Amino acid sequence: MTQSQSSPTAVAASAPQPDSAPKPTTAPQATKTGAFLEVRNLSVKFPTDDGVVAAVNGMDFTLERGQTLGIVGESGSGKSVTSQALMGLLKGTSAQVTGEAIFQGRDLVTLPESGMRRLRGRNIGMIFQDPLSALHPFYTVGHQIAEAYLVHNKATKKQARAAAVDMLGRVGIPSPDMRFDEYPHHFSGGMRQRAMIAMALICEPELLIADEPTTALDVTVQAQILDLMSELQQETNSALILITHDLGVVAEVCDNVLVMYGGQCVESGPVDEIFYDTRHPYTLGLLKSMPTLTTKSGRLNPIPGQPPSLLALPQGCIFSARCEHAALAGDGVCASQRPQFTSEDGHGTRCHLGLPQILSIRNSR
Amino acid sequence: MEQHAILQVENLQKHFPIKSGLLAPGGKRTVKAVDGVSFSLERGKTLGLVGESGCGKSTTGRMIARLMDPTAGRIMVDGVDISQLRGKDLYHFRRKVQMIFQDPFASLNPRQSIGTAIAAPMVAQKITPPGGLKNRVKELLEQVGLKAEHYNRFPHEFSGGQRQRVGIARAISLNPSVIVCDEPVSALDVSVQAQVVNLLQEIQQDTGVSYIFIAHDLSVVRHISDEVAVMYLGKMVEQGSRDELFAGPRHPYTRALLSAVPLPDPRQARAQEKIRLRGDLPSPANPPSGCVFRTRCPLFGTLGEEQRQLCIDVVPAPAVAGSPACHHTALAGPLAAGVQ
Ligand SMILES: Nc1ncnc2c1ncn2[C@@H]1O[C@H](COP(=O)(O)OP(=O)(O)OP(=O)(O)O)[C@@H](O)[C@H]1O
Ligand SMILES: Nc1ncnc2c1ncn2[C@@H]1O[C@H](COP(=O)(O)OP(=O)(O)OP(=O)(O)O)[C@@H](O)[C@H]1O
Ligand code: SF4
Ligand SMILES: [Mg+2]
Ligand SMILES: [Mg+2]
Repeated sequence: MTQSQSSPTAVAASAPQPDSAPKPTTAPQATKTGAFLEVRNLSVKFPTDDGVVAAVNGMDFTLERGQTLGIVGESGSGKSVTSQALMGLLKGTSAQVTGEAIFQGRDLVTLPESGMRRLRGRNIGMIFQDPLSALHPFYTVGHQIAEAYLVHNKATKKQARAAAVDMLGRVGIPSPDMRFDEYPHHFSGGMRQRAMIAMALICEPELLIADEPTTALDVTVQAQILDLMSELQQETNSALILITHDLGVVAEVCDNVLVMYGGQCVESGPVDEIFYDTRHPYTLGLLKSMPTLTTKSGRLNPIPGQPPSLLALPQGCIFSARCEHAALAGDGVCASQRPQFTSEDGHGTRCHLGLPQILSIRNSR
Repeated sequence: MEQHAILQVENLQKHFPIKSGLLAPGGKRTVKAVDGVSFSLERGKTLGLVGESGCGKSTTGRMIARLMDPTAGRIMVDGVDISQLRGKDLYHFRRKVQMIFQDPFASLNPRQSIGTAIAAPMVAQKITPPGGLKNRVKELLEQVGLKAEHYNRFPHEFSGGQRQRVGIARAISLNPSVIVCDEPVSALDVSVQAQVVNLLQEIQQDTGVSYIFIAHDLSVVRHISDEVAVMYLGKMVEQGSRDELFAGPRHPYTRALLSAVPLPDPRQARAQEKIRLRGDLPSPANPPSGCVFRTRCPLFGTLGEEQRQLCIDVVPAPAVAGSPACHHTALAGPLAAGVQ
């Protein structure tokens, strides 16, 4: 089975957190000294019987409040593992996480589980790609959402219920007041996903990591949920990391985009630049392989070959085996040397080709 | 030209009985999963079938492949009504219509080799191809872009795209006239998806097979289809040629559906008309009276009293090419909630 059809799951705060600081009413702007979230050289390795799986290999990115960062890439490129590392979900497993992820002054990589637990839910919320982990089968859907609300808000049971009913309505559950008292198994798959999204959103996290939150939903429902997420983000000036393989969703909602391949960021920058001033051969290939609602029919242009084995990454550029333009770089440099990530005015790429060469590739199509 | 149609579906219905206990108060005793669907498909062409989850796409496809008996209606394949075939006749018919699923291996034995899996339909139909079964399977493997040496491999050794190729090899092994493809590329990455879509198109060019292509990705549907049919709650709401339907959708549901497709082009996405639907698909066990779409219709709210009453009381005529199932398409002006 491929993994891209799984539905999302939201995790709200797991336990009451009396010691967490009260939520600021106005969101502080990120200070000049540090970004809201700064990820540096983040790597994740999984020791397995077959060898070490190098799932994430030196990710760098920053995120400010009020921004949406889209992370795109093929199945297996390390999107979910990156988010698991940020959420501290790999702590206490055999995974080796290295590098830094500084969130408001705290390093999420070294922060112990107890500290991480304090951040989860209200400071950092997550909507998971894999289902069946957030909604408890024995409690009503509404109860679970209201509980998540009570963890972070001083409120009566009645107020919590009202807030949960309101949020259920906003994610598009019809007759939310009646639905509040139903159990997860009474909900359809799509409704369960929306309930989980409601559970994450009701905590108003300062940073929301959403892993394929709408992949399993119909486009009409997806549009509704994406609107809601943007709306709440503006209200609370929060930051959003949206993981998806759908470049349409990225174009629609993201400010910045990070393209992953083989556990590395191969290109990142403002959304318009990624689409109209594409600088990495992999991103070019990805854009070229998709049918759109406006392009002429004919043959599609898939990227030849297959993603690299994470058990034995190539010595040179991770994309070199599939890259149609490696010869342009000359001297077999693509196959022998790993290119550096170089960035100019916030638009970065990891490729041996210089901008003039990329421009000539783009113009020749 | 109707007489050239390889497939003609007329007033097709599938009503599932509801188990007691699930009965909605005052509700009916069936789920109208498919409720009066008609369309035709010409030789060598592709009909894209779209609509929200649960609207009856798979049920329609399964009835056409006769994996499921219709409650009512006619399914004409090459001029012969196959909707009531039984026994030996049904067994012979199976060669004519085949099906490809989202994960063709979900129903296969993990201990069965790929070669055996591909040979299965030929074995079931007691067909011995000239040159032998094994040779034919190897030919098929190559035809779908796999290798003859894959014959003895097992399902778990294959990637998603390769599995789909195996599913395609099985489906074309009997030279069918029609293949119902039910979400064949939905689980695949864009690049692999492009390979499989190209393969399906090549096979169509080579063999003249017709496809019913069910998918939720409208960009892929637009790419591969000649005709497109849109379903909502068991009904056909609009159908027409691909270009007409995408350039000028007329049913309010089709318009909302197309406007919700995220466009992989930021400038276009910002300029796109955005019509948002509220709420969920109603239960097909207890559909709204009159027009089934009225509870979510963005046009309904803009109508006068009398016009609304028409929507509540009268079921619109099922869509045929060029005529959507809506009382008021002529009135549809801008529907966008928040056009920017
Ligand atoms: N616990 C684990 N042990 C070993 N390998 C793992 C583990 N978790 C993930 N991997 C591997 O790490 C790689 C990256 O996986 P990840 O789930 O991040 O991919 P993804 O980009 O999210 O893909 P998808 O789009 O399919 O969700 C994959 O090759 C996966 O098999
Ligand atoms: N065997 C069955 N018994 C009862 N109801 C069924 C059965 N099969 C399908 N249904 C119902 O019929 C309706 C149509 O289902 P169908 O699978 O055809 O939808 P679909 O359009 O293919 O949806 P999806 O996009 O989710 O695959 C749904 O309400 C479904 O619950
Ligand atoms: S470094 Fe070379 S192989 Fe890698 S993407 Fe650039 S041109 Fe292609
Ligand atoms: Mg993932
Ligand atoms: Mg289906």
